[in-house]
Amino acid sequence: MEKQATINLEQQFQDRVDQDIRIEPKDWMPDKYRQTLIRQISQHAHSEIVGMLPEGNWITRAPSLRRKATLIAKVQDEAGHGLYLYSAAETLGISRAEMIDQLHTGKAKYSSIFNYPTLTWADIGTIGWLVDGAAIMNQVPLCRTSYGPYARAMVRICKEESFHQRQGFEILLTLSRGSEAQKAMCQDAINRWWWPSIMMFGPADDASPHTAQSMKWKIKRFTNDELRQKFVDICADQVKILGMELPDPELKWNAERGHYDFGKINWEEFWQVISGNGPCNKERIAARVKAHEEGAWVREAATAFATKRAQKQSAAVA
Amino acid sequence: MFHLTLHLADDALILGHRNSEWTGHGPNLEQDIAISNIALDQIGQARNFYQYAAELYNANKDAYTNIISSPAFLQVIGSIDEDDLAYLRDAMEFRNHLLVELNKGDWAVTITRQFFMSLYQQLLYTDLQYSADKRLAAIAEKSLKEVNYHVRWSGEWVIRLGDGTEESHHRMETAIDQLWPYVGELFIPADFQLEAAASGLLKNPEYYREPWLEKTRAAFEQAGLMIPAPNWYQKGGKQGIHTEHLGYLLAEMQYLQRSHPGAQW
Repeated sequence: MEKQATINLEQQFQDRVDQDIRIEPKDWMPDKYRQTLIRQISQHAHSEIVGMLPEGNWITRAPSLRRKATLIAKVQDEAGHGLYLYSAAETLGISRAEMIDQLHTGKAKYSSIFNYPTLTWADIGTIGWLVDGAAIMNQVPLCRTSYGPYARAMVRICKEESFHQRQGFEILLTLSRGSEAQKAMCQDAINRWWWPSIMMFGPADDASPHTAQSMKWKIKRFTNDELRQKFVDICADQVKILGMELPDPELKWNAERGHYDFGKINWEEFWQVISGNGPCNKERIAARVKAHEEGAWVREAATAFATKRAQKQSAAVA
Repeated sequence: MFHLTLHLADDALILGHRNSEWTGHGPNLEQDIAISNIALDQIGQARNFYQYAAELYNANKDAYTNIISSPAFLQVIGSIDEDDLAYLRDAMEFRNHLLVELNKGDWAVTITRQFFMSLYQQLLYTDLQYSADKRLAAIAEKSLKEVNYHVRWSGEWVIRLGDGTEESHHRMETAIDQLWPYVGELFIPADFQLEAAASGLLKNPEYYREPWLEKTRAAFEQAGLMIPAPNWYQKGGKQGIHTEHLGYLLAEMQYLQRSHPGAQW
């Protein structure tokens, strides 16, 4: 009887999804749908927070006052995105503290791209162009994802991300029109970030275990490989504006497919970085843990103060 | 006037730079955003002052060789701009107060310094709005809205930390002891401030000592904190004699501009 009831609920849930009716926090949802979303949204929130580190790395060295201000504002936007996303995940019954703990203990993942170092100023432009560009490609479909709070958070985030992407491209455009040293700096950064960026779409479809279910639930709307191809096509054209090259000798327009063909991705590197062996995995988590631990006394003081004030107020009322 | 404008710009830039060191490392996300916002406001104020200073400089280049003579700066061809002033001057040509260049320390040091400085800027900009120089007056008026918020935000944190836990109270006491020797300089006029006072641009900073102390005392009272007994004050920033900290800050901030002379970014 109970089993039958669950089957009916699941059927009703799937019907709503199929009709593109948003799922809201109080609606019934399959446990696995909830868990998948918690995993995906918190991973996304963590990526925003960890992503503040490689870019923040250049705030104190930004080469002009305008660039410095724009970079601070950008990193600050990412903190804001982290906040919306943690809030969206909280509607599924997990607290921000739990999620942060999962990040710090390594239980939760974040986008592997942020385990690569930012070595020159051109990296800041390249992150904007390629990394934010890949993120947008992933995120625009999420504005229509089946879970309401996630979809609404993504609408705000996508607007800001596309602004960041334009800023990043503009940094590169300036470098590409600059001195020989600046041009070399620009090409070098593209060389280092290109492959990790196209890995951001995740494993190839035949190696992506969650894709089929997520597509059925309309959490995902396109497969990893579809999005990756779209991204390659766009970048292959944009790089020409910069007068630079993408570091892939096999990159070639295929008129028959109507797409660019591109070389083989080094999946060994991808899995190594995910499993903790990227150039900065340990530093990134260590920096987050340090900020959290050094902030503990501040958070405790704020809580203690609020409690004292509330007591005083209720004493005054009584 | 150039000297005074440069001094106002340097204070805003250096404090903004220090605060931006928190971006990505704040005690929680909300405060990370708040301190970054204050950094942004200050860098914005610095840019307005530097842009004006650059115009003054370009109009009368030969008049200021006694203030700026660093080789990198003198090599600029044609007109100078805000970035030349920020990135190509050497430490001894900076005119900021020592208080703003000290390391960011823990959250208590950052908050206390922000409170001290924002209170000072609030008093200063309130008057500067009515300065005989219309351009400075306009920048002050615009900045004051931001500074009022900085005073409120940092003042609330002073009280919260002072009256929070035993640890936060202790950290506040330590921060105040560390910073107090640097507050006196805010009220000791440099020559350019005396000249500005004489020409009606701005009051002598001595004038702000009492109102500043009064507001500080009021906040400290709510926080259960004590104002240290008057003591020896460090000074020299406004004359270009800085702490050891400024050199490192500038080395980091200026290195790209310095290693690619004349490049556009």
